[in-house]
Amino acid sequence: MLLIPCPYCGPRPELEFAYGGEANMVRPADPALLNDDDWAAFLYQRSNPRGLHAERWRHVHGCGRFFNARRDTVSDLFQASWKPGEAPP
Amino acid sequence: MSGAFRTATGGRIDRARPVRFTFDGRVLTGYEGDTLASALLANGVHLVGRSFKYHRPRGIVAAGSEEPNALVRVGVSENRCTPNLRATGVEIYEGLVAESQNRFPSLAFDVGALNDFVSPLLPAGFYYKTFMWPTWGWHRWYEPAVRAMARLGRAPGAADLDAYAQLYAHCDVLVVGAGPAGLAAALAAAEGGARVLLCDEQAEFGGSLLDSNEATPQGQASLAWMAEAVTTLVRNPRVTMLTRTTAFGMFAQNFVALCERVTDHLAMPDAALPRERLWQVRAAQIVLATGAIERPLVFPGNDRPGIMLAGAALNYLRRYGVRTGTRAVVATSGDAAYEVAIDLATAGVAIAAIADTRQDPPARLVARARDAGINVRPGTVVANTVGRLRVSGATLASRDGGGSGRGQRVNCDLLLMSGGHTPSVHLFSQARGALRFAPALGAFVPDGDDGAVVAAGACRGVFGTEAAMQDGRDAGTIAAMRAVQPSLVPPRRAPLALPDETAAAAAPVSANGRAFVDFQNDVTSKDVELAVREGFVSVEHVKRYTTTGMATDQGKTSNINALGLVAQARGTAVPQVGLTTFRMPYTPVTFGALAGPARGALFDPVRKTPLHAWAAGQGAVFEDVSLWKRARYFPLAGETMAQAVARECRAVRGTAGIFDASTLGKIEVVGPDAAVFLERMYVNGFQKLAPGRARYGVLLREDGFISDDGVIGRISVDKFHVTTTTGGAPRVLAMMEDYLQTEWPDLRVWLTSTTEEWAVIAVQGPRARDIIAPLVESIDLSPGGLPHMGVAIGCTLGVPLRLFRVSFTGELGFELNVPADYAQSVFDAVWARGAPLGLVAYGTETMHVLRAEKGYIIVGQETDGTVTPDDVGLGSAVNTRKPDFVGKRSLARAAMQDPSRKQLVGLLTEQPRIVLDEGAQIVADPASRKSLGHVTSAYESATLNRSIALAMVAGGRARIGETLQVPMQGRTVPVRVVAPVFYDPAGERLNG
Repeated sequence: MLLIPCPYCGPRPELEFAYGGEANMVRPADPALLNDDDWAAFLYQRSNPRGLHAERWRHVHGCGRFFNARRDTVSDLFQASWKPGEAPP
Repeated sequence: MSGAFRTATGGRIDRARPVRFTFDGRVLTGYEGDTLASALLANGVHLVGRSFKYHRPRGIVAAGSEEPNALVRVGVSENRCTPNLRATGVEIYEGLVAESQNRFPSLAFDVGALNDFVSPLLPAGFYYKTFMWPTWGWHRWYEPAVRAMARLGRAPGAADLDAYAQLYAHCDVLVVGAGPAGLAAALAAAEGGARVLLCDEQAEFGGSLLDSNEATPQGQASLAWMAEAVTTLVRNPRVTMLTRTTAFGMFAQNFVALCERVTDHLAMPDAALPRERLWQVRAAQIVLATGAIERPLVFPGNDRPGIMLAGAALNYLRRYGVRTGTRAVVATSGDAAYEVAIDLATAGVAIAAIADTRQDPPARLVARARDAGINVRPGTVVANTVGRLRVSGATLASRDGGGSGRGQRVNCDLLLMSGGHTPSVHLFSQARGALRFAPALGAFVPDGDDGAVVAAGACRGVFGTEAAMQDGRDAGTIAAMRAVQPSLVPPRRAPLALPDETAAAAAPVSANGRAFVDFQNDVTSKDVELAVREGFVSVEHVKRYTTTGMATDQGKTSNINALGLVAQARGTAVPQVGLTTFRMPYTPVTFGALAGPARGALFDPVRKTPLHAWAAGQGAVFEDVSLWKRARYFPLAGETMAQAVARECRAVRGTAGIFDASTLGKIEVVGPDAAVFLERMYVNGFQKLAPGRARYGVLLREDGFISDDGVIGRISVDKFHVTTTTGGAPRVLAMMEDYLQTEWPDLRVWLTSTTEEWAVIAVQGPRARDIIAPLVESIDLSPGGLPHMGVAIGCTLGVPLRLFRVSFTGELGFELNVPADYAQSVFDAVWARGAPLGLVAYGTETMHVLRAEKGYIIVGQETDGTVTPDDVGLGSAVNTRKPDFVGKRSLARAAMQDPSRKQLVGLLTEQPRIVLDEGAQIVADPASRKSLGHVTSAYESATLNRSIALAMVAGGRARIGETLQVPMQGRTVPVRVVAPVFYDPAGERLNG
């Protein structure tokens, strides 16, 4: 079980969190302006890297808030976490 | 009397306390402190099992958890027994009953041993090459036959009576293994101020120190040191000590799973104790002091009972006072076996010879052995062995001759082998620690120091008691400093300097006869060579093809030998071959420990509505809907389900029914931007919805497919009462939070789950208004005052009321939302008022039938994650004038508007009594078998006195009037495609 650093509550066990997928997938302000390929890319294409990955987590059984974290997908170690809107450390 | 092979003195057994136990029906005696293995050996029993594939007689090979052969079933009753236990880890107690496995009719005479004679027909991967015909033969004939022949123990036949506990623990330093390195590490870490948790899989702390011979001054010192160390640790309140506790899994961020066996060693355990405890430990620092495992030698016939690891024989002698034979041959490729041979000779075991594969063993050792009267034969290998149920002789031959041909036959009843020691890096590797190959050891050791895990002692290649203690002390000190004073620059451990020269190769001899690499899965050196010849290059593929290392022992004794064979066959070196992945569990773990208390009624939480007790009192039959228990129907005495549902349906359509809808998900959406928010989430418009009105909302995912639905009432300008499906509430709330927090944080909206706050009492039917009218205060119930899809705030019996005029039945209907704590009293009042008027309680089954008669969909039944609003006839709910909502862009894709998409239709069977199977496929031509769609709902409708069905059919709306076919078991049913509304298509009854 991972130990996940919630930027609001501190390190908490994985059981309290829900995974939110890759971070920084910004929903277009006006999706109607996108062609089908670009829309499909927004819906489905993710970077899925081997190594550091910026991703969203929600402390669903804690403060309930979403935040961003950077995790190494090989070692599962969390390098940093930060609140939405903040610059990643 | 506890065995003819017991020494007169010595060992850590309690000779004052004999223990009687049963093995395969034979009553034997051991001593308290014995394992099943040591007690059997003390009685001269070596034959303990039959091998997995060839049913070859097998004996005890090891003394620890690496034992591959001696698997037994322990326990008498089917609800308290465990198969596949290693006899080396089973502590005996008075009355213990153990049985051997995989043999019929008996261990000494096993008909399965025929496999051994046809073994040339059963090479590696034989099941991929043979049994290919006929194609269905594998499932019907071959697999059942193979499984009956090759198996481990029989699973228990009854539910486990024991209790299992689970707990979490935190510590500064977790020390795994309490041998010399582990004890020293724990002492040093505790002195460094750390909270320490020390665990060891054995019954007693001490590890290799327990093998120490009390008769020698050196042994005395180390045993005395051990006793003092344990006492010091026990007295320290900051140290937790766990024996009989296996660290079986190590995960990221120093999370370690331990299984503590609490009562398995007790004849009469305290009923209040759990059988096992699963510890889930988070440790700031981990010291791994897991020791090393001796490797067997790979020579023909190396698997007969009486052939065991040299270190194991020493362990049985020193720790248990058991001589494992009377005349021994010692085969070795290293130094360690010399001490064993000398010790055994001193204890009265005749040593026929030491066969050392090395041409030039250290002169000092050779001299010592020869002083003890032992014949040492350098450059010698075992070319073959004889003996059916016990080894009776070995052929020793010159290594230069490849072990072939002329050798000298030596009689023996014990053959000890020592092929070097493999550091136990399982846990280190499970947690993805990097390993490097140490040529001097012929094995892998931990590489480097990641700052959180420290290896110490034999598991990192430091051998010898004194050296291991020193290494453990260093490791404990470093771990404590890192854990307790992390602000200081954490010291890193220098990698261990190991000599580069290659250890004397324990090169497996590939002569005639079968040399076993993996005893438990019956893999021979020839199997490995065959796999390489057939083109399996990757060691991971060789492993899977031959199954070497894939038995329950995970190849503890076999992996390195298998790697050596692959390297030899490929003409390369072991580091180039690589290492297979280590996975948890280190040793098998019971399902009980992993499940813990989550069994039976505690398997999943059960959610009950505030009206549950009333429904149960009425004899309701419940069904599970997500975690909820919902009343499915309310049978009267003697009624079948069909009769009850028909009666309930007629009552709702004719008079009125009352229904517990409390499980509906409810979310309070509040704030100045609440309407804007809902308009962006749902396909419908909400800005213009007036307070006091409600709307049926459809929620899509961003990909345009229906995710949920529900009625949304506007309580006031800035407050909405959103309902969701019963199972969908958490998903919908999470989705709303996601958009609110991350896409539109500028919106001033707050979301609260109110599912459990409001109980919902639905009263549906032509007389619904008459029934509730006297109970409702300050709400105008007239059709003009509260029209269909109206919502009003009021009071009932002095309790706050949110009254929705909604219908999921097609009848005049109301849903009374009242605080959950008052649900029963309000319900009672409605019941008391309605029952004399003909009010009937109905359940979810009737609800389903009534809504299907009206063509109302159920998300998850008519929809499956690939269905758009238009597909189910809800296109008109979509407000296309809105600039955007979740899923809108996806609905604009051409494929989403394809007229051949599956669409919701009704189906009427030509024979009205036939009810279609839900999920049945629909075809135009039964011969073509091309599916046009499937039946989503099908019921017997009492209202229409015939069966009805809803279905998703390709281009369905254009097919209305056509006849299609529904193939079901044993027959094909013709159906007519109709509009999906079977009753009151104009919807006039809603307006009653």
